[in-house]
Amino acid sequence: METITSSSHSRRRNVLEHSLHGITETLEHALFAEEISARAGLFQSLDARVKVISTLALLISVSFSHSLWVIAAIYLLTLLFAWTSAIPADYLIKRVWLALPFFTGLIVVPALFITPGPVLFHLPLGLVITVTGVNTVLFLLLRVSTSGSLTLLLILTTPWNTVLSALSVLRLPDVLILILGMTYRYIYLLLHVANDMFLSRKSRMVGHLSTSENQRVLAAISGALLSKSLNLSSEVYLAMESRGFRGSIITLKPFKMKSKDWLWLAIFLGIAALSIFLGR
Amino acid sequence: MVTQSKRIKLLAVYYGALLLWLSTTAMHIPDGYLSPVTCIIMFLIALPFWIIGIRKIREKLNARSVPLIALLSAFSFVIMMFNFPIPGGTSAHAIGATIAAIILGPEPATIVVSIALLIQALFFGDGGITAYGANCFNMAITVPYIAYAIYSAFSKNQALTSKRRLVGAFVGGWTGVTVAAFFAGVEFGIQPLLFKTANGTPLYAPYPLSISIPAMIIPHALIASVAEGILAALVVAYLQRSNISVLEAAEKPAALAEAGGFQKLRALWVVLVALIIASPLGLLAPGTAWGEWGTQELNSRGITSIPGGLQKLSGLWGAPFANYNLPALGNVNLGYIFSAVTGIVIIAVVVWLFSMLLTAGSGSKKKDLG
Repeated sequence: METITSSSHSRRRNVLEHSLHGITETLEHALFAEEISARAGLFQSLDARVKVISTLALLISVSFSHSLWVIAAIYLLTLLFAWTSAIPADYLIKRVWLALPFFTGLIVVPALFITPGPVLFHLPLGLVITVTGVNTVLFLLLRVSTSGSLTLLLILTTPWNTVLSALSVLRLPDVLILILGMTYRYIYLLLHVANDMFLSRKSRMVGHLSTSENQRVLAAISGALLSKSLNLSSEVYLAMESRGFRGSIITLKPFKMKSKDWLWLAIFLGIAALSIFLGR
Repeated sequence: MVTQSKRIKLLAVYYGALLLWLSTTAMHIPDGYLSPVTCIIMFLIALPFWIIGIRKIREKLNARSVPLIALLSAFSFVIMMFNFPIPGGTSAHAIGATIAAIILGPEPATIVVSIALLIQALFFGDGGITAYGANCFNMAITVPYIAYAIYSAFSKNQALTSKRRLVGAFVGGWTGVTVAAFFAGVEFGIQPLLFKTANGTPLYAPYPLSISIPAMIIPHALIASVAEGILAALVVAYLQRSNISVLEAAEKPAALAEAGGFQKLRALWVVLVALIIASPLGLLAPGTAWGEWGTQELNSRGITSIPGGLQKLSGLWGAPFANYNLPALGNVNLGYIFSAVTGIVIIAVVVWLFSMLLTAGSGSKKKDLG
């Protein structure tokens, strides 16, 4: 979400540190997700395909709903599922309500005043809050936070490689799933490489760099990273070829649906269908 | 009636709040901002580009492409994490789509950036899953195609170490992200036109085109587009200095396809323009669906009276929105096409001026960009 950091912020911490911070946060997030997905809980015990399909179905029902109550109900259910899946109670709420709708919140504030409709409050300065405005804002906030929570629930309770294999039920071509898996793997390698480059540059740095110097450092790091990626890709290709890769892919599908999985799939699809019906 | 000074204050508050939006929104559209119908249409618009991309990868790059695409997607993901400083003390994240397009060409770059976006959406909750098609259209299709068209127009018949390539990379990246911001603005802006409850409550992104398009274009043109442009130019400069073989390799497939090279690019522009014009026609369907909701009145909250405060409001805000509040489809489409064309014309003129200035300097043949 955050594209831009304010100037006061960048003065306090320079751009290199910012990028370092972003990289560390990503690594941390992945570690946290890995830890949660290894815990015992409702969602962790389900087949990844059930989770992928159910999350999609619930996301779609949230997206279709014309009723605030239905979206709110799905949100509460999501919190309940998170609770039964050993996700710290405050984590999901904090992560979603501090990050996502904080931005969304800023976006929708003017909509309170400018959406034409019956008046709810009169404010000083001739500002008027309308009922329609409040409803619009609630729709957007609830929809964004509920969708975000649902996605987080899937991310946190499912190891990434099983999510990837589960994507094959969505008829994604195998080659795409292979590429996705390799991309995910190499993201961490490149993040570590970038981390090292930033750290080594920073440790040799005294004082402040000007914007153009910073730009050059970042571009050099990006360029070096690009060259490394390209070199690595031909090495990886040779390694794959020497192990017999000829362009065709056989993926292991380590899934077996148990009766519990079918039951929960039915429950989730039922909830999604019911909410689409109620939220017409 | 509201006095003039109050109006000015109101405007200041409003645009202040909007500015906050602008300074925090990336082009990663989360779930909940776009209606399901819009999401489906955006998936359908993106689909042929994905097919073209995969086909191109198969024929040009063969089995080698698996690790190459994977590594470059990972690179694109990591690049999106860098905070790139731009003049004026702010910093922004670049997309890296321009660099991918310069190295691989636009079709494979679409796949590279789409994969990075999919991983962001699926594993990091950045950008919505239902909005994935829209996000791909904006960042993985619009940016590479436009950036590449401009970059190759600038660098045609130029040496690999030519400075014009840097200019082309900057102008390409800047224009690509700015046009992408325009498309994002259109996607946000059509939501309140077409998707609202019986009593007129917008169900998704609440702002009309007249607000959402400038709100997306202005900050991106000033900040994020600049970051993308400068990063692309500096990375090309870096490659010219220390790894010229990458640029050389990038040139080869283009040389092979030289016969139809520029012609193809032209065709892509035609497709893009056709898409812009055709998209509101595609949205006729949800337009009639809107009428159906109206008759259902399921979500009607029973509010029909219009108190005095509204008259004040409608006096203030009615005029700019009048066009967009009318459900009459003719008006909606006209406004839609009009704003689409205006945006494109503005950007085309800017690009044309840029290229005029630059070609006047170097005295070489002018390139037709559109």
